[in-house]
Amino acid sequence: MSQADLFQNEDKIITKMGRSFLGERVVYRGEDLHHQLADLPWIELYAFGITGKKFTTDQAKLLNFIWAATSYPDKSIWPNHISALAGSFKTSPALAMSASIASCDAEIFGGKPLRGAADFFVRALAHVDQDGDLEEYVLEELKTHRTVFGYGRPLASSDERIPHTIKFVRQLDLPTTKHFDLAISVGKILKKRKRLNMNAASLFSAIGMDLGFSPKAFHTYMTLCFVAGMSPCYLEADEQVEGTFLPVRCDRLKYAGVGKRDW
Amino acid sequence: MKEAPSFESNIWLDEPQDDDPFTAKASYCHGYDVFAQLIQKASFSDYILMLFTGSRPSREQSKLFETLAVAMANLGPRDAAVRASMNAAVGGAPAASSLIAALAVGAGQTGGARETYFLSQCFQKFGTDQQLWIKQLLKPNSNRLREDIWDEFEHSPGFRPHGVSCAKTLQQLLKALNNCGDFSTVKWLSDQRETLEQEINAPMGHTFVSAAVFFDLGLDPHQAEMCGLLLSLPGAAVHALEAKQQGWRKFPFFGQSVELTDDPGVIAPLPIVEELNS
Repeated sequence: MSQADLFQNEDKIITKMGRSFLGERVVYRGEDLHHQLADLPWIELYAFGITGKKFTTDQAKLLNFIWAATSYPDKSIWPNHISALAGSFKTSPALAMSASIASCDAEIFGGKPLRGAADFFVRALAHVDQDGDLEEYVLEELKTHRTVFGYGRPLASSDERIPHTIKFVRQLDLPTTKHFDLAISVGKILKKRKRLNMNAASLFSAIGMDLGFSPKAFHTYMTLCFVAGMSPCYLEADEQVEGTFLPVRCDRLKYAGVGKRDW
Repeated sequence: MKEAPSFESNIWLDEPQDDDPFTAKASYCHGYDVFAQLIQKASFSDYILMLFTGSRPSREQSKLFETLAVAMANLGPRDAAVRASMNAAVGGAPAASSLIAALAVGAGQTGGARETYFLSQCFQKFGTDQQLWIKQLLKPNSNRLREDIWDEFEHSPGFRPHGVSCAKTLQQLLKALNNCGDFSTVKWLSDQRETLEQEINAPMGHTFVSAAVFFDLGLDPHQAEMCGLLLSLPGAAVHALEAKQQGWRKFPFFGQSVELTDDPGVIAPLPIVEELNS
């Protein structure tokens, strides 16, 4: 890298992704958005934008499922709590949604486990493909990092999305489920050896790898996966008496800091 | 009956009004009465620093923090985070949209708060051991064992990958910070700047200076990252307001700068509305 990079890119946007010829046409990854992609469901367009790939009908169903299956309109869940506060305190929809979405790049759910699990399955599958032992690899991962992304869950010991996801996947005709099957095998190992249950991040990330996403691309795809749960929380809180979403009395804030003192 | 959830804090205490449990009659921050004392006695920068550290700063600490805060308050409209805030504002979006835009871009690993976080971690690990620093800066991803939401560094953190020489403004800042008192990390960074730049083959950037200041002030990496984001917001705010006031016609638009490398050309004409409605 050097100053030359700056000179080369001044007043220049070189892209293969697209361009809007305003008043005329729009190109989206080499195709005319309104002529060639008009029939593509939005979620497939979104996935196409990220990967440059078109997906089969069953793959597209799966892409839709992993978003729908994690859309919980429950205001007690942290991102939705933000949506509800935003509604109750009368902020705009875009601010409510963007703040809620941003909170999903989290360590204990969302972004980090999804991307981390995706990376783990890629590495683990490569290890197994070279005749490595899966159980040894899993336990080494746990020993090194103290966690295996996609296994264990805060607030609950099991994940209701697991059986639904397995059932859904098994009904589909998919080119491969090698990462998915691996994720289940890892689940059995961690259940037996460490009493750790799978959470949905494991299966969702494995699905992403089977669909040909890179870990980062899949992280990008899943960034909106909780959003359908957020908007109902925002709107209902907005419809209720303003400023009344879970009010907090002064004495519900438990202070444990230093005593009173003069400045 | 199960106890209702409550928040726990080592920072804040609210005492309720006699007639209203939801309204505070007194608020204490780290034990200091905010409305009886702090609003009259504490400067804004002392208060901000105390929020992070938990105690009243010394005169020298206060001066050091304030010097950095002034330097970081506005990085000017060419700064990527400030540009993001202006792009949000020029279309007429709410004020918060501008600040969110500035925070999102300014949070990154290229001259942003994540870089400050990384460097703060390094100060915790290496102190002022130059050889350890150089080894880490030349291979910043060497400790990365698995994927994260953050990508690998593409340059040596704390240095400007496209820079030619150390900015005069950065040198002025380092000099001013050194004049604030006896702060060993800031002094080390000033003394070693040229050596480090030669080893890394790039000029130092402001995140390294910020990280050094935050370390001397006792902030941990998480606090340093957060504080760095906060301190850079005023410039994002005022330039957003300026862009909004000037309007979109005056704001640079780069539509003609786009070079599309994968263009299918005109596939078909636009539908003719008159025919569709006839």
